[in-house]
Amino acid sequence: MFESLTSALGKAFQSLRGQRNLTEENIQEGLKAVRRALLEADVHFKVVKSFVNRVKESALGREVLQSVSPADQFVKICHDELVRLMGSETARIPVADQGPTVVMLAGLQGSGKTTTCAKLAHYVRKRKKKRPLLVAADLQRPAAVEQLRTLGRQLGIEVYEEGVDGNPPAVCERGIRHAFRNGHDFVILDTAGRLHVDDRLMKELEEVVKRCKPHAVVLVCDAMLGQDAVNSAGEFHRRLPLTGIVLTKLDGDTRGGAALSVREVTGCPVLFAGVGEKTEDLEEFHPDRMAGRILGMGDVVGLVERAQEVLDEKDAEKAAKKLLKGRFTFEDFLKQMQMVRKLGPLKKVLGMLPGMGQALEGVEIEDGHFARLEAMILSMTPLERRDPDRIDLSRRRRIAAGSGNELQAVHNLIKQFKQMRKMFGKMGKGGIGGGLSPEMLAGKGPRKGFRTPKGGAPFGSGRPGGRKRGRGF
Amino acid sequence: MVLRRLLQGLRKTREKLGDGLSRLLGGRRPLDEDLIEEIEELLYTADLGPTGEELVAGIQDAWKKKEITETGELRRWLRNALLARVRGASGRLAQAAEGPTVILVAGVNGSGKTTSIAKLAKFLKDRGDKVCLCAADTFRAAAVEQLTLWAERLGVDIVKQDTGADPAAVAFDAVEASIARKVDTLIVDTAGRLHTQKNLMRELEKIIRVIGKRIPEAPHETLLVLDATTGQNAIRQAEEFGKIVPIDGLILAKLDGTAKGGAAFSIHDALGIPIKFVGLGERLEDLEAFDPESFVDGILGEERGEGAREPDGSL
Ligand SMILES: Nc1nc2c(ncn2[C@@H]2O[C@H](COP(=O)(O)OP(=O)(O)OP(=O)(O)O)[C@@H](O)[C@H]2O)c(=O)[nH]1
Ligand SMILES: Nc1nc2c(ncn2[C@@H]2O[C@H](COP(=O)(O)OP(=O)(O)O)[C@@H](O)[C@H]2O)c(=O)[nH]1
Ligand SMILES: [Mg+2]
Ligand SMILES: [Mg+2]
Repeated sequence: MFESLTSALGKAFQSLRGQRNLTEENIQEGLKAVRRALLEADVHFKVVKSFVNRVKESALGREVLQSVSPADQFVKICHDELVRLMGSETARIPVADQGPTVVMLAGLQGSGKTTTCAKLAHYVRKRKKKRPLLVAADLQRPAAVEQLRTLGRQLGIEVYEEGVDGNPPAVCERGIRHAFRNGHDFVILDTAGRLHVDDRLMKELEEVVKRCKPHAVVLVCDAMLGQDAVNSAGEFHRRLPLTGIVLTKLDGDTRGGAALSVREVTGCPVLFAGVGEKTEDLEEFHPDRMAGRILGMGDVVGLVERAQEVLDEKDAEKAAKKLLKGRFTFEDFLKQMQMVRKLGPLKKVLGMLPGMGQALEGVEIEDGHFARLEAMILSMTPLERRDPDRIDLSRRRRIAAGSGNELQAVHNLIKQFKQMRKMFGKMGKGGIGGGLSPEMLAGKGPRKGFRTPKGGAPFGSGRPGGRKRGRGF
Repeated sequence: MVLRRLLQGLRKTREKLGDGLSRLLGGRRPLDEDLIEEIEELLYTADLGPTGEELVAGIQDAWKKKEITETGELRRWLRNALLARVRGASGRLAQAAEGPTVILVAGVNGSGKTTSIAKLAKFLKDRGDKVCLCAADTFRAAAVEQLTLWAERLGVDIVKQDTGADPAAVAFDAVEASIARKVDTLIVDTAGRLHTQKNLMRELEKIIRVIGKRIPEAPHETLLVLDATTGQNAIRQAEEFGKIVPIDGLILAKLDGTAKGGAAFSIHDALGIPIKFVGLGERLEDLEAFDPESFVDGILGEERGEGAREPDGSL
């Protein structure tokens, strides 16, 4: 996500490195770079201005720490300020005490509302064990109802719809009634995209809110939004009781500064990040991690969380044990590789590691490389996989031919594999850096201060601000 | 006509925001740092990005050299500087020497491709063309249905297959059909894709290659649809899509909101890509040829063109 902003700030702080104190003068360049980076990142002009001022004040009023460099201290100040700006806690969608929780999605045209509805339904069913109902209230865009119906069918989630005639507030109301009657405990209202200056359509949304009293009103924003984000989000906020934001299309290379603008102008937390077109491409949004990403600290926690979701922990631990004992085989390697691939495209995975976002900028990582390695290992006999030392030249030739690779590629694979085995074997014996434990390698290491609160974000219980919904429709 | 519609769209902007050059630079006040900073804000908030930075540097320079000293001069300077950069930005659609003209429409997710295609089809049909649409977005749920509905409303042909089909195959079919049916213009809708998605960019490449197999010069026109609310990422989009296929023009959609679409300005400035159309609403008639003057006035929040009396001149 924010890689480019990360690298720009990185450069700014480089010029600070080696200086003893934070002074009005020597942070000038840093501040300028921050300003520029934020503007390039599409953070709104005014938001940038106040941000830079706050950072400046905070930096100058502070005692210079002896233990860290001024640059690091400056990074920390920016980080804290960013976290503060984006909300320092993990946000939650309220859950109704009684009856179904009703969530309404709204936003500009093409921002990703319908896709997010489907993602959210998938998410609450899988992670919160809910029985969601989708309500098709976009009667504006051609085939919008059909789009939601299709997504519902793909997911096996019911869609309440009344075709394309009629009026959206009434459809929503009847949709909720349908949920009550049919035991759905989570209702998601998909509304038509609209301009914030379109008074008629904004009134329509006000009407939906009035009649349906949603527990959450979520603004869906395209992460590529520019400066106008403050105008549109500001107006949606003025007219609707917004409770949260979903930021979509963060899988691209947008710097996503609109996240900051929107957060500032609405005061609402970002709940989720959309990271792709498929229904599983929805991630919880953690401001602290996002700030960490912005400042080049990577998103290790995100990686660990995702790893836990798709990886088999026992398998990973077993493999790690073997690795540390130097008894790792190609079979284990294959298994591991297949697990990592489940995490997503390699670049995305690597990009979550600290500092990697910057390092990977402009680098093309081919997932095809994985596929080639896999093909070579699959061309080995089980015996060869278990005992790589046996693979002599004629076997290598066969493997190369069988997997459609050059002989050199097979040589490289085996060489690297043996090196890795040796290196990890040493680590296991404490040869390097005091030794690693299998738990750490398996991604279960101690993660103090990172663990998300019990109960799992971003869902909580109870209602926000005491807004109540009348019982029994 | 064009101007009026664009201004209608932009009027909403000013009513809402009450900003703009006229308010800032009304009358004839001497220049100062505060004013220049307000101009800077105006330019940046229009998503002009690096172009804004350059213009502000230019203003500072001209001020120091005493070429501009008061608001009236600044206003003229700014308008001229902006206009100079987009004056030649408009452009016409290409046309095949013989046989169907193929127009390919691409862009990131949700930018306004399908709707713009419908509008473009209306424009061409009204001009007398026999138009055919091709539903090569076989990925997004109900994308085929969306284009089909537009085709029905317009009364034009559509070539399509089921969702999930190979988009290049659909495009090939459409080209074949267009030749056979003596279609004048074929417009190919493609799935939204982020320029960072290598596999999807390769898919686009393949669609183009396959179209070229049947008609070597095709697509005659490749249009990139940009969302006017998009910030600096738009420039990346133009650059990256441009690596796959030369972009012949931009369609700047959703200019009827409060966004000024300054990123398109920067794209033209940096890459020289013409801006051919602007989208001003969701209806079929909401497409207009790009007009540099109204666009610049939109950015500056000015209603009247050069030479017109200043709205607040009486103050
Ligand atoms: N206000 C306004 N809305 C527009 C304009 N052009 C398109 N839209 C709306 O923007 C939304 C997305 O438009 P589409 O044409 O479906 O966009 P697309 O690029 O084909 O989207 P995908 O195929 O999903 O990537 C729809 O709700 C359109 O009605 C415009 O010029 N102004
Ligand atoms: N790459 C990417 N595309 C998305 C994301 N969310 C939505 N989209 C795409 O954006 C386009 C518009 O989405 P849609 O849900 O129809 O938007 P709506 O008009 O607001 O309902 C579609 O092509 C979606 O597939 C996301 O997080 N990443
Ligand atoms: Mg929708
Ligand atoms: Mg489309």
